Amino acid sequence: MNLDANKPQVAASARLSAPANQWPDQVYDALKEAGVAHMSYVPDAGHTTLIRRFGADPDVVTNVLTTEEEGIAVAAGSWLGGQRSVVLMQSSGVGNCINMLSLPVQARIPLLVLVTMRGEWAEFNPWQVPMGQATEASLKAIGLTVLRAETGPAVVDTVSQAASMAFDSDQQIAVLIGQRLLGKKKW
Amino acid sequence: MTMPTMDRREAVKKLLDTREGALVVTGLGSPSYDVHAAGDCADNYYLWGAMGGAALVGLGLAQAQPDKRVMIITGDGEQLMAFGSLATIAVARPRNLDLIILDNQHFGETGMQSSHTGHGISFNEIAAACGFAESAELRSLEEVDGLCEKLRRTAAGPRLFVLKITAENLPRSLPPRDAVAIKNRFRANLGFDNC
Repeated sequence: MNLDANKPQVAASARLSAPANQWPDQVYDALKEAGVAHMSYVPDAGHTTLIRRFGADPDVVTNVLTTEEEGIAVAAGSWLGGQRSVVLMQSSGVGNCINMLSLPVQARIPLLVLVTMRGEWAEFNPWQVPMGQATEASLKAIGLTVLRAETGPAVVDTVSQAASMAFDSDQQIAVLIGQRLLGKKKW
Repeated sequence: MTMPTMDRREAVKKLLDTREGALVVTGLGSPSYDVHAAGDCADNYYLWGAMGGAALVGLGLAQAQPDKRVMIITGDGEQLMAFGSLATIAVARPRNLDLIILDNQHFGETGMQSSHTGHGISFNEIAAACGFAESAELRSLEEVDGLCEKLRRTAAGPRLFVLKITAENLPRSLPPRDAVAIKNRFRANLGFDNC
């Protein structure tokens, strides 16, 4: 592979063993397997593969958002219309979502959010730390089920079962993808 | 000079009487009451909270139901909280989404403070700048009749219409607050199972 060394996701890949770095593609496969046909996102290096693959998938509608809470409302609308949706964001954006999360929680609308973590492992930017440390507690406080995954295989398994619980059992679930897995951001 | 405004309930009634199967999402507060006052039905999805969410619930719904027309009816205050959604909707470019903003230029639920639209912000101009297929400001019920005709025609992309309404607090017509019941009714009407 010819990869740009300045891109953060390269740093992540370089830290993983060969089979393990396939997890973003496997997460895509798991979400397709779960029937996800709609995706919205705020750009994030950790979600690069999912954004690229869903964007290239003619069977999936994608939305780029201006702020994370938009994705919560879009996913709710998608479900009302009979489609399964996933929302991709960074932990910093979780703080933007709290009141909007009252919609899927109160209406018991399935919600699946994949959150790449900042501010918890080899973080160089202190401004990322408060929200990163508050992410799990904030999500639980508004009523979401929170699952964490720290290795590639664990992310794939966790996303797969979270999709099942969300869409088959009307649950609102966030999967937190540990910063240790994503790797230190190179600047 | 005071510019003319229209009665909100009469305007919404006209839009709903000619909806022809359109799915309707309402923003919290008076727009939900206006739509409920015109007649409750399973094609209506009322928001009682999640402020700023109406236009985006409508976007997700429009994308999931591309063969149905989706009409969002919300207020200037609710839409101001989702300013960025106009960019998101413009980029998504749904051809079956119409955003109707009932604009009384005030925050009616909280004591009638002047809103940003009362200070000159014009949603139809912002929508045009974002790239909506069509946008306009309406000030009379006669213009709403014309809008109802227009909404029957196929659109090239998302459309946004600002209805300048009279600032007044009308008697409330409250939709059910049971969010699960409303969701289940809405989805069952579209033929989907619920958990």
